[in-house]
Amino acid sequence: MPVNTEDDPERAQRFREAALPHLDDVYTLARYLLRDATDAEDAVQECYLRALKHFHTYRGPAMKPWLFAILRNVCRAEYARRASAPATVIDDAAEGAEQTPMWHEEQQTPEAELLRERDASVIRRLVDTLAEPFKETFVLREINNLSYREIADAVGAPVGTVMSRLARARAMLRSAWLAEQEQAK
Amino acid sequence: MTCDDAKILLHALIDGELDAGHARDVEAHIATCPSCAAELAAYRQMREAMGKANLRFTAPASLRQRIDAALPKGTPKPAPAPAPLPANVTPLASRRSVLRGFAMGSALSALAATGLVAVVLRNDDQQLIESEIVSAHLRSLQPGHLIDVVSTDQHTVKPWFNGKLDVSPPVIDLTAQGFTLIGGRLDYVDARAIGAVVYKRRAHVINLFVAQTSSTARKPAKIETIQGFNIRRWSDRGLNYWAVSDVGADELAEFGDKFEAAVQASKEG
Repeated sequence: MPVNTEDDPERAQRFREAALPHLDDVYTLARYLLRDATDAEDAVQECYLRALKHFHTYRGPAMKPWLFAILRNVCRAEYARRASAPATVIDDAAEGAEQTPMWHEEQQTPEAELLRERDASVIRRLVDTLAEPFKETFVLREINNLSYREIADAVGAPVGTVMSRLARARAMLRSAWLAEQEQAK
Repeated sequence: MTCDDAKILLHALIDGELDAGHARDVEAHIATCPSCAAELAAYRQMREAMGKANLRFTAPASLRQRIDAALPKGTPKPAPAPAPLPANVTPLASRRSVLRGFAMGSALSALAATGLVAVVLRNDDQQLIESEIVSAHLRSLQPGHLIDVVSTDQHTVKPWFNGKLDVSPPVIDLTAQGFTLIGGRLDYVDARAIGAVVYKRRAHVINLFVAQTSSTARKPAKIETIQGFNIRRWSDRGLNYWAVSDVGADELAEFGDKFEAAVQASKEG
């Protein structure tokens, strides 16, 4: 007898306990994959609804890679929608606006904090320019802190592929970073 | 090891994904190869800068509320029941699937050729910790490293740990059961201080490592063999235990059983 998760309060509660703690992680990945705050929110919500629907098929071992795998599918649908939609401009300025306004607080913010914030926005921008599938692998490893095995589970690729993508991603990021530093001088 | 291998594997080294033996191999290559050493240093530096920068996003509260509202309401349980074993449920099976996945990954060019990848990677955090435990055990066998406090008296060894650790490891004299307490030591595993209680069985040393864990659930013992050493791992009352030795698995199991029984008796008595 198939049990519908939505009608099973006990299972819904288990889903909440297992999945909601990873909300920030899922949202972070969505932001990097979609490069748009509103689209990311929609994708995360869709991801959670789909995850609940399929929760009865969830067999472990880890929740995070499972959620990420679902999120990737949602994002792929979004890519397809964007490709068919009339070209829309992704508003990078709006994204920047919600981050800490660094220059206004120069007096109060300790210098180290300032540097950190500036580094973060530079690095985020460089990571954003990485091509797929390298960006995704890189974000899963460096920002979502997944192990190679978990990344392999989330993206459905062998561990060896994860390793070579990661090596490529880091090499690309490193040269972009060096170029950035050259420019800053 | 060739530079081509090392240039890929150094990433696994940075990420702590290599098992202890292969980590040593990569490090040995890097020690003799300035080009690979420079690469490793550059990536470590990049990683450090990334670690300092906050690259994560926080989900807006409105999104949290939206999702909360969209999910059906459950029946909150009185106490959060321990989840049905998150990770490590089938470590063997998942390792096998690593191998299988690797064998099928035909798109791999250079990496597949080396044939290294699947076998050098640690399986999960637990395995990493266990290989560190074995390394710590090996270190302890070097002359002068075994014991910081030499005593066969549990009432000397136990207080010695006070103030050195965030836990108080149970120190139990098992001499009557054939395992002689010989002292205690402070060790480092997973970049954290960890207590080691040292026992002897005939000429064999048994290191019992004790560390805090957030879970208070009791996990039954599991015996594994790493680099020829047996490890018996279990958890009880918020502590993780690893007993490591070159004694046979049956004797190590006997040690663990007697230790657990004695802890149980002392808690009850």
